[in-house]
Amino acid sequence: MTDLGWIDAAVAAARPQAMGALLRYFRDLDTAEEAFQEACLRALKAWPQNGPPRDPAAWLIFVGRNAAMDDLRRRNRHVALPDEAELSDLGDTEGTLADRLDNEDYRDDIVRLLFVCCHPELPATQQIALALRIVCGLSVKQIARAFLVGEAAMEQRITRAKARIADAGTPFETPGAVERAERLGAVAAMIYLLFNEGYSAPVAEAGTRAPLAEEGIRLARLLLRIFPSDPEVMGLTALMLLQQARVAARFDDEGEIVLLEHQDRSRWNTRQIAEGLALIDKAMRHRRPGPYQVQAAIAALHARAGRPEDTDWAQIDLLYANLERLQPSPVVTLNRAVATSKVRGPAAALALIEPLAERLSGYFYFHGVTGALLHQLGRTDEARLCFDRAIALANTPAEASHIRQHLDSLGRQSA
Amino acid sequence: MLYAILCYNSEDAVGAWSREYHDDVMANLMKVNDRLAGQGRLGPVARLLPTTAATTLRKGRDNLVFDGPFAETKEQLLGFYIVDCASLEAAIEVAKDLAKANPGTGSYEIRPVAELHDHHLAADRQRQPETAA
Repeated sequence: MTDLGWIDAAVAAARPQAMGALLRYFRDLDTAEEAFQEACLRALKAWPQNGPPRDPAAWLIFVGRNAAMDDLRRRNRHVALPDEAELSDLGDTEGTLADRLDNEDYRDDIVRLLFVCCHPELPATQQIALALRIVCGLSVKQIARAFLVGEAAMEQRITRAKARIADAGTPFETPGAVERAERLGAVAAMIYLLFNEGYSAPVAEAGTRAPLAEEGIRLARLLLRIFPSDPEVMGLTALMLLQQARVAARFDDEGEIVLLEHQDRSRWNTRQIAEGLALIDKAMRHRRPGPYQVQAAIAALHARAGRPEDTDWAQIDLLYANLERLQPSPVVTLNRAVATSKVRGPAAALALIEPLAERLSGYFYFHGVTGALLHQLGRTDEARLCFDRAIALANTPAEASHIRQHLDSLGRQSA
Repeated sequence: MLYAILCYNSEDAVGAWSREYHDDVMANLMKVNDRLAGQGRLGPVARLLPTTAATTLRKGRDNLVFDGPFAETKEQLLGFYIVDCASLEAAIEVAKDLAKANPGTGSYEIRPVAELHDHHLAADRQRQPETAA
């Protein structure tokens, strides 16, 4: 490992702020990207010799802006370039520029940068790809690998997304309070999608896709830093940390899904759990519940249980009931049914989800959960039908093999 | 004399460390820790959770509690406590007790601890009388 690892990290950390400011100057994603690229190249030359600048983001913005303006001038008016030495002489200018980077600008720059990536006209996968490229700075090759497509196809997808954004026009005026809140909501949704692309990947793809989950957490922390009092941003960050904390225990050596109740809890990441619990604690003090907070609170109850039998299912059942009110969805009710079955038994849970049969008929989990409840009630034949349907709908081999274990246990019982 | 050495860095940058770089740095730091601990010169070492997990209590008549780290530049770090608390609420209560005992200006930043290594100083070490800011 090179001693210069700090440079990569400093550049990556400065990227959202620097890209956000450069986008504000040039009002064009490609120009901003080229300017940032150029600034990074110069940083790689200058920083190892001179040591880290006091404010890496300010350095990159200043150098990137100058380089891009020179480039524009050269292309447009054939004006001679200033001396390289003059450009790199940042001793004094860096300080004053850092002072001028006003806090509000900083916040709006980053939100705008994130927000252009979640333009409502872009499909979710393009939003995520664009955010990974523009905000996180992943290479097209890395993103292509994560999405299991070829590099050329991903390049094209990103180019198309950029063109669409350019057509739609980027909002450069300073947003009002309502607009800022709307942007925040769109950005939070995009970050959670990005996280789930990594988190829900099957084990065979986990190596290439896991970084997506980590990028999601980094973006959420960034968002929380600029909106430190927003309980839903705290909830989102906590939710992702508490889920990610279980990642090492989610698959067994054969790549099979390990359900929460069978996971080896000693493999859970205690630091991520501690951070998630601290954040949800903070969020709860605001008494302004929202869907991310409630989901994080549910994840927190699982994280706090040392053993599966210590889980506070009654509280989880109540939280799901809350979530049903905040964000009504048959999938939420389905999740609630699992908690309900632990508190009030399988019959009560079954009564909760039977009305969903039509809407969730194509949903793997619905048939899995219904089958398990019927099984508990001793209605073996109906359970078998549900499990057969679930297998037919399984998205991954791991899901199918999990249901097959249920079927095997049915077989053993009737035998 | 006992010295506290406080660690500052950009948490965005530290958060962007690659796993290899992180492990390298930790291994290097551990060598320094082990040497000091072997000489009986090391007290507790703590790694804190990110400032996003922090809450701050601003002393005053109402003891205003707000989200985020302590951010004033006109006040200086004068001391710290490590307290075992069941919840953030309990930690805020402790900070309020401190504010009551030491009213006036100032703040208490309440930051969860990620890791605590409780080394022991050599027994013959002359301790400073216990005072707190």
